[in-house]
Amino acid sequence: MRSYFRQRTMQSAISLFGLVVLVFFLARLTGNPTDLLLPVDTPLAVREEFAARHGFDQPMLVQFGRYLLDLLQFDFGESLRDGRPALQMVLQAFPTTLLLSFWAMLISLVIAIVTGSIAAWRPGGVFDRIASLISLAGASIPNFWIAIVGVLVFSVWLRALPTSGTGTPWHWIMPVTVLFVRPCGVLTQVVRSSMIDALASPYVKTARARGVRSRVVIFGHALRNAMLPVVTVAGDQAAGMVNGAVIAETVFGFPGIGKLMIDSIMFRDFAVIQAAVMVTAVAIFVLNILIDLAYALLDPRVRHG
Amino acid sequence: MSDMTHPTAAAKPPREHALAEAFLMLWRDKFAFLSACFLLLVVIAALFGPSLLPDQALQMNLRGRNAPPFELERGWLYILGADNMGRSLLARLVIGSRYTLMIAGSAVVLALVVGTILGLIAGYRQGRIATIILRGADILMSFPSLLLALIVLFVLAPSVGNVVLVLALSRVPVYLRTCRAEVLEIRERQFVKAAKVLGASHARIVFLHILPNVVPTLMTLATLEFAAVMLSESSLSFLGLGVQAPAVTWGLMVADGRGYLASAWWLSFWPGVAISLTAISANLMANWIRTATDPAQRWRLEKRTRA
Repeated sequence: MRSYFRQRTMQSAISLFGLVVLVFFLARLTGNPTDLLLPVDTPLAVREEFAARHGFDQPMLVQFGRYLLDLLQFDFGESLRDGRPALQMVLQAFPTTLLLSFWAMLISLVIAIVTGSIAAWRPGGVFDRIASLISLAGASIPNFWIAIVGVLVFSVWLRALPTSGTGTPWHWIMPVTVLFVRPCGVLTQVVRSSMIDALASPYVKTARARGVRSRVVIFGHALRNAMLPVVTVAGDQAAGMVNGAVIAETVFGFPGIGKLMIDSIMFRDFAVIQAAVMVTAVAIFVLNILIDLAYALLDPRVRHG
Repeated sequence: MSDMTHPTAAAKPPREHALAEAFLMLWRDKFAFLSACFLLLVVIAALFGPSLLPDQALQMNLRGRNAPPFELERGWLYILGADNMGRSLLARLVIGSRYTLMIAGSAVVLALVVGTILGLIAGYRQGRIATIILRGADILMSFPSLLLALIVLFVLAPSVGNVVLVLALSRVPVYLRTCRAEVLEIRERQFVKAAKVLGASHARIVFLHILPNVVPTLMTLATLEFAAVMLSESSLSFLGLGVQAPAVTWGLMVADGRGYLASAWWLSFWPGVAISLTAISANLMANWIRTATDPAQRWRLEKRTRA
């Protein structure tokens, strides 16, 4: 268990470092990082002074060492917009996105597990066909369009829900909905196929033959074993939540990390983008460790292997 | 794994017969049949639409600004309404289909080719090169695709080429891993060992013996990937990081219509319908292809006529 765990953590750490290197070289790909870090109309003298202060006139290797040193001290530079440290802005926006993703993930997992399990009980039945079609549609419909239709119906026509902000629980309904539809569709399909396999296995047949109630068979026996692939896919979907959050937060003016990133792109605020990307990467790093833990809890083979 | 289940080992029916069989199987699955028809329509629109409607999509008509849908007084081209400059939405959807399909298609093909090549290398020659390739894939996979696209397109300007590049880059690991897993299995089979003993070169073994057996799996994967890539492209366009006007994609049309939501909902609505229907159809088709090409599942599609 411990060696497995250490190995997985090392892998994630290597990925994280790879990303750090990627961002460093991307920023220097266009030639001059001052183009990214300073406003377009900065005079040449200011540019040169800025480059000298941040060491952009040094050799590449020295720059890379300095960049790593800054990262280790959590120094991502200052925002161009209001001069605050980039990291501070990102950390301020982060909890909102985390909470948004948490609710979306929770709702989609609950719906997916219940729907997928019932659908798997009679593959090819009426419920299964309807559930399959709806989950396929849920996984295929673009979330920005769901957001727009949501605004149109619930805000413009019915005037029931607010279009932007975070003030009341009502503000959260549409962003969470937009965020949970796609993962829910994907997860329902995974739960269904995984449950079909589990229900066909010998231990389920034994349980049924012994006359165990079908509810107990589905949720007690089959589900636990069917959960392994679900946990993997759920992990991928949770990491991909940022993708959806960028869309939902942009449409609904939600002050999370996604909106911060898009705003920073519009202002060409590279320091903030870099900080946001790094913080997200670390969050996903932590998430992957949690998923491995969940895996070990569910599967004794991992624990003892 | 017996060789009987393998398509190349089974006796091949005559080509026409196989096509007719495939069509019958498609006809029986009504959802798959409808999807195939819709996809065909979209492809025809993308191929011939722009030459059939060269001006209508650009022709501005200030009196017809935001003309509502389902009114035929301006002609059938305005059946879906007009945009904020009085351009026919239907014509713009047709024109938009070309860029939308072209970008998604190119990205899928690029990722498929690069992923397959890297997967063949990583699977066939184990060692340091394979480790490096797989670690690279891990890095790409461990990071949300949209974020990767955002930061790359921030540094490089958003253009058709860069968008294709970014979309392909984030999907390469999918093909790479699948291809590698298949290669690892196939290289241990008898016919590969036989070829090796007969003195075939590495290139000959990889391209003549292994690749043909990997291709069907990867093609199925590519059809499944198409919808996902199209959705990513639409998201990027929607966020203003995809292709830029005057080029038009469906995602861009949804974004353009956002400002008119209260007064003219159809501006954003129809392109979204187009994206959704295309993605749903592509996914249904991919599922159908997967079932039809899987010998263990094929009976699901065949059984219904016999009964």
